[in-house]
Amino acid sequence: MAKVVAATGNEAVADALRQVNPDVSSAYPITPATDIMQRFTSFVSNGKVKTEMILVESEHSAMSGCIGASAAGGRVMTATSSQGLALMWEELFIASGTRLPIVMALVNRALSAPLNIHGDHSDGMGARDCGWIQLWSENGQEAYDNTIQAFRIAEHMDIRLPAMVCLDGFIISHSIERIEYLDDAAVKNFVREFRQLYPLLDMEHPVSYGPLILPDYYMEFRRAQAEVMTKVPKVVLDVAKDFEKISGRKYGLFETYRLDDAEVALVILNSAAGTSKDVIDSFREKGIKAGLLKPRLYRPFPYEEVGNALKNLKAVCVLDRADAFGGSYGPMFADIAASLYPYRERPLLINKIYGLGGRDYMPSHAELVLNELVEIAKTGKAKTLKEYIGVRE
Amino acid sequence: MADIIEIRWHGRGGQGTVTAAKVLADACLSSGRHVQAFPEYGPERAGAPLRAYNRISSKELRMHCPVLNPKVVSVVDATLLDSINVADGATNDAIFVVNTSKDPKEIRAKLKASPGQRVFAIDATKIAIDCIGRALPNAPMLGAICKITNIVSLDSMLEDVRKSFGKKFSQKIIDGNLEATKRGYGEVKEG
Repeated sequence: MAKVVAATGNEAVADALRQVNPDVSSAYPITPATDIMQRFTSFVSNGKVKTEMILVESEHSAMSGCIGASAAGGRVMTATSSQGLALMWEELFIASGTRLPIVMALVNRALSAPLNIHGDHSDGMGARDCGWIQLWSENGQEAYDNTIQAFRIAEHMDIRLPAMVCLDGFIISHSIERIEYLDDAAVKNFVREFRQLYPLLDMEHPVSYGPLILPDYYMEFRRAQAEVMTKVPKVVLDVAKDFEKISGRKYGLFETYRLDDAEVALVILNSAAGTSKDVIDSFREKGIKAGLLKPRLYRPFPYEEVGNALKNLKAVCVLDRADAFGGSYGPMFADIAASLYPYRERPLLINKIYGLGGRDYMPSHAELVLNELVEIAKTGKAKTLKEYIGVRE
Repeated sequence: MADIIEIRWHGRGGQGTVTAAKVLADACLSSGRHVQAFPEYGPERAGAPLRAYNRISSKELRMHCPVLNPKVVSVVDATLLDSINVADGATNDAIFVVNTSKDPKEIRAKLKASPGQRVFAIDATKIAIDCIGRALPNAPMLGAICKITNIVSLDSMLEDVRKSFGKKFSQKIIDGNLEATKRGYGEVKEG
């Protein structure tokens, strides 16, 4: 029987990890992810899991430890945020290039400088092209569900890629919400026994990891890595279908909310999508055909499916909780624009940057943007393509 | 009761305000509702003003932002009445619960509460000192909120206080908090 609890996002992720019971974890604390590993290390100390816990001196070593343990043939996980992810940077590519199915919770937080510990997507967006699968989560329930599913996706024999599960720092990680936990046995059964692939510790079948590959084969290797990414969406959907059977909760590549007949829509990730949905409802009550698309599988990005879901709208605003410096658009805007590029007829697109460093995203922000979209849909003209909202000028 | 009830807590670091919001969320969960409890995270220092929030609803809670228009405002430290406007954004029918030894009518005047708003006073600090021996007013505040809002029964609330405090504290402290919750429930007065 599922259990209903009032728990924080971090608590839920830690409990999901306890239920999965990985072989090895290597970790270093950083706010706001610290709480996950603090709880998990108590599970280790109290004998609730059999995980071998490696406490290291930095995130670079944390990811290195995960890579070693995963190559050795173990089921491996860790958690981090912000500067921690930044310090893991080179190791992230080694994990994906070596095709190691490590699962990592990324509690999204702003990057320094200036120092800020609060929720924003700069960390995850910076790592979007490092070859990891990314699943983003609106609330504690989704963070819990995505963590469990991430093991099945990453470890799928057709995939074998690392996966990160993103959740908003503080807004979700430290807020208490109603969350439904699955039975320990149901989760154990769902993630299945870990299947090794070319484990380093199999002395009978010696293998080498991390070889030098010169120009004669490097490009073929990368081509193969690009190819495996194309298989991810199907696996994500298959795993979601299995997960629905045990949880009753549906997951896709992305979520659409009142989008089918919509004329204007917001594209927005994570916790702010929830706030936006309530505002969409109030616009619908006024007779305005508003909808929303919330990406879940962000890498690989389901360009075709997203483009197809948005192409018939009149005006769309992509809201980014991170900026891409260089005078360009926010990172998600670039992906949404690319997904709509193949269509001759497509909505007018605008980009808003919001919520950096934990700045609150309020219903009034969603209202402002939706009103602007209604005007754009009417006139066919956008005044400003990219703009910061909720900011002092 | 409305579909959703939004609560704003005003306290100072170290008074157990955030714990109170958590206990309330947990207690309301038991009746099958959706709940949220979250503080505003700033530089956390003992004595610094802080806010925490609750949302309790029969429907799924999707809003992930601070409460702007609280139906219930719980002021755990009355000295805050001089420094911040605790009535900011409160609904026209808002309920204020203030930890004070003063007469609720005096607090009502200080808050300039509108006719539709209700103001209650409870000497939660004194009750806490009587029952627990320390100025930790959160348990009597919870009792008072329980009585005034009816969002959860006293029994459910006591059960949750027992559960939450049971993890960390001795039986004496738990019993003290249970007694303090009951007295908060019994002694709250309207002005």
